[in-house]
Amino acid sequence: MWKWLHPYAKPEKSYQLAGKLLPWFVVLTVITFIIGLLWGLLFAPADYQQGDSFRIIYIHVPAAMMAMGAYSSMAIAAFVALVWQIRLAEMTVAATAPIGAVFTFIALFTGAAWGKPMWGAWWVWDARLTSELILLFVYLGIIALYNAFSDKVLAGRAASILTLVGVINLPVIHYSVVWWNTLHQGPTISKFGKPSMAVEMLWPLLIMIAAFATLLGALILMRFRNEILTRESHRPWVRQLALNNVKITGKN
Amino acid sequence: MAFNSLADFFAMGGYGFYVWLSYGISFLVLAVLIINTLTKRKKILKTVTQRIAREERIKKAKNRKDTL
Repeated sequence: MWKWLHPYAKPEKSYQLAGKLLPWFVVLTVITFIIGLLWGLLFAPADYQQGDSFRIIYIHVPAAMMAMGAYSSMAIAAFVALVWQIRLAEMTVAATAPIGAVFTFIALFTGAAWGKPMWGAWWVWDARLTSELILLFVYLGIIALYNAFSDKVLAGRAASILTLVGVINLPVIHYSVVWWNTLHQGPTISKFGKPSMAVEMLWPLLIMIAAFATLLGALILMRFRNEILTRESHRPWVRQLALNNVKITGKN
Repeated sequence: MAFNSLADFFAMGGYGFYVWLSYGISFLVLAVLIINTLTKRKKILKTVTQRIAREERIKKAKNRKDTL
């Protein structure tokens, strides 16, 4: 029943599948970003307390959510890589880490730029902010560890183990606003109960979350393809691909 | 629309600096990440073609008969 999955354990097939999916993700990313940004910046009404500064939410929340989403998918890939020794899963871990780090940085930076006018400080050592900063360091640690080994099999295994260790930080980030008295406001959208946000502000936020999710997907696909090419660079199919690429661009 | 004029839009109700700083830096960082991902691919393919060319040269040199 699951036989159709087997060919995708082959790097070449996975590379092709990623290539087929990529255009869809790119198109969706562009569309959702345009709609979400126009709606969020131009049409959503100003907040009754925070004025127009609340518009930072349209990048802050999606970036923070996808920073954690990227980590969750990385952790699943790391688990698969370690238990079933699937190399492609290790490559997914390596492909995702830099994207997660960038998203975490965006969440922290926009949070600081929002905190300054609202709380009066760029940074406070509050539970949510500190745990998010630790997430950034965990991401950087995974990237550094992966690059520290020239043997990529060993590098992939080490990075996967560190990824699983770092999972402990995810519930801490998520519940930090509940467990501790923090300056950071509680969740705006939760899985249970009604969102504490007006509908005309909520829609652009949901679209921006979709935009960041598809951007994450597109970037993972691109970097996953890069990882495959690097690790398989001696194989005939990669050599053929490289030669064809030169022919098309006509350079070098 | 939430704003009456373009100047209003850029002012963001007095929070213009913070709002545009957030959006500006975010998209700058994302652009760097996307460019990095694209150039990496080009670099990998270039390295592979250079290696193929070098292997070809070595093979040709080995096949030459009029060497020392």
